[in-house]
Amino acid sequence: MSIISLIIKREFISKVRNKSFIVMTFLSPLLFVGIAAFIGYLSSMKAETKRIAIHDETGLFAAQFIKQNAEKVEFKYLDLSKIPVQSLKDSIAKESLDGLLVIPKTNKIKDLEGKIEFISNNSPSISFIENTQNIIANEITKINFQEANLDTVAIKNAQANVNIHLAKASGEESLKGLNEIKIAIGGSFGYLIMMFIVIYGNMVMRSVIEEKTNRIIEIIISSVKPFQLMMGKIIGTSLAGLLQFLIWAVIGFALMFAASAFFGVNVGPTAKIPPELMHTAQQEFVGTAQMYINELWNLPIASILIGFVIYFIGGYFLYSSFYAAIGAAVDNQTDSQQFLLPIIMPLVLSVYIGFFTVVNDPHGTIAVVFSMIPLTSPIVMLMRLPFGVPWWQIVISVTLLFASFFAVVWFAAKIYRVGILMYGKKPTWKELYKWLKY
Amino acid sequence: MSNLLEVHKVVKQYGDYVALNEVSLNVPKGSIYGLLGPNGAGKTSLIRIINQITLPDSGEVILDGEKLQPKHVQHIGYLPEERGLYNSMKVGEQCLYLAQMKGLSKGEAKKQLEYWFERLEIQGWWNKKVQELSKGMAQKIQFVVCVLHKPKLLIFDEPFSGFDPVNANVIKDEILALKEQGSTIIFSTHRMESVEELCDHIALIHKSNKLIEGKLVDVKRQFKTNSFEVGILTNNIEGLMYDISQKFTVLPAHFKSLSDELKLEIQIGNATPNELLNILTQRGQVTHFVEKIPSVNDIFIQTVTK
Repeated sequence: MSIISLIIKREFISKVRNKSFIVMTFLSPLLFVGIAAFIGYLSSMKAETKRIAIHDETGLFAAQFIKQNAEKVEFKYLDLSKIPVQSLKDSIAKESLDGLLVIPKTNKIKDLEGKIEFISNNSPSISFIENTQNIIANEITKINFQEANLDTVAIKNAQANVNIHLAKASGEESLKGLNEIKIAIGGSFGYLIMMFIVIYGNMVMRSVIEEKTNRIIEIIISSVKPFQLMMGKIIGTSLAGLLQFLIWAVIGFALMFAASAFFGVNVGPTAKIPPELMHTAQQEFVGTAQMYINELWNLPIASILIGFVIYFIGGYFLYSSFYAAIGAAVDNQTDSQQFLLPIIMPLVLSVYIGFFTVVNDPHGTIAVVFSMIPLTSPIVMLMRLPFGVPWWQIVISVTLLFASFFAVVWFAAKIYRVGILMYGKKPTWKELYKWLKY
Repeated sequence: MSNLLEVHKVVKQYGDYVALNEVSLNVPKGSIYGLLGPNGAGKTSLIRIINQITLPDSGEVILDGEKLQPKHVQHIGYLPEERGLYNSMKVGEQCLYLAQMKGLSKGEAKKQLEYWFERLEIQGWWNKKVQELSKGMAQKIQFVVCVLHKPKLLIFDEPFSGFDPVNANVIKDEILALKEQGSTIIFSTHRMESVEELCDHIALIHKSNKLIEGKLVDVKRQFKTNSFEVGILTNNIEGLMYDISQKFTVLPAHFKSLSDELKLEIQIGNATPNELLNILTQRGQVTHFVEKIPSVNDIFIQTVTK
């Protein structure tokens, strides 16, 4: 067995045998499902009903708000137009009312537009304000129509309600919900890559520091080249990461199959949703669930998974070479912080770019550029992948990633070679630069 | 006797600091070669170059007639001064791993390990983790790892530190046995009595330069002052002193003895010991007559403080 595979084996086994690896691998999917369920539960929980008083001097709007009580539970609208505004304000101060909407009397209904007030102790949510504005605006529009002698029924009938069907050039029909799924999938894979890089990069660093503080390093590098040791360490640790990902993928697929079987969807990319399903109201829930699961199967799962593996390997190798060099340069983990910051920053940056830019415009300039830059491409490109990326962009991005990986490994190996034998003092950036020339 | 290891004019610089300045060494086959020098003299730098941990800036190292190459790591066993093992790994697995790194097959490594574990009576440690062992126990493991692959050249850096006298003796016997089996041993230490006891060749490095090298007896011969320690019982001290100081330089001497005699250190220069003895026997009863051989300790201190 060649020496490097010996090192890979040792690193892999020591990582996989570690209790925290086993716990992480099998517990974190549970934790993930648990957190998702918890968030779902929290958001489905009935919010406390807020009592909103309507002081409507015009007498035109209060009825519209009261109508809402039947539909919405968050707010209870009360028509208190007869009570003076001042005493209503007092009860807000005493917190027996949560909000007060004051609609004053004006000569012309048009003058109302800027004169409506909402008073409360806590600032109201944006959706509440929009809803309130809509109700009043609709009412005013209706009155305006009537004053202009327009037939409101005819207008309502004349209004078109457009529902665009999204489809790909290949003729495959897609769904409006699909974009959300793509964002979710791309986002979670991008995030996963960042997590993997940070967790496994840190493992590499810890294991380098361990060898250094243990002083076993001198024995080992009297048998192998530092470069072999570093690569063996990086590869062995990455295999542990891939194994973990594989286990998660298997669990994920199992869950998807289980969900598919539960909702009775024909598994496979050929499965099409009958269009009427989208419109049948009575089957709405089952229909939606089927739609989503179906769309999951229709996503380029294979290319996303392959992309994940390629970008994980590339990104992880790139970053863990940095981690290895840092581990070699310092004596203990607390000293590593100053060197870690420049590594964490591009990772955080790419997650932000992913969640803000890619989501808005997956093929915009910023998204494309950052999916090419090696330090950010693993995360940004992965988030773009579900939206379909031209193959030439992937080729450039992967080529750049692996080219810079080799450059960084070369550079890291130099620091590593010198650093592992240096004890006692915390090096400065300047010294690290000097080590490159030793 | 040919040399197993030859170091030719090796230079190593770290930035502006010169760690080794054209150092050359010849380590004869089958010898125990003491590599001496004060702290920071450059010993570790030299050992690291021999182990191919670092490369020399210039100069070359020849092992057994061949220029030092990566494959030679299999023929070298190294016990560094700063000991270390993977704390959370089991002893047996760890030894197997380190032995395989030195090129042994798994089966061969296992066989050798069983032999050594039995020899050092540590069979019960196979499944223990290193963190459960005491320092001395871990040292033993480290010694085994160092010699397991039957290297031609063994490099021991302070091999006895951390051992109790019993275990230090066990290790000393093992080192001598390895020499008997034909291994060449480079032995770096600050404990001069063990140099005295074990080494047949020594080299002294001081401030990045090699100052002394050669067979221990030759080096001692080179450093001897032609002095003799003399103990004599006499009634006429003044007469004796007068006679001796006519021809030789006399210094007071301190050595342990049972009788209450006159103790002297006499430098005879180019004269023969017999001339001195003649004078002494005429004047009294000689109880002690020993040539003063410089100890390694004396040589070390004398060279380094010069």
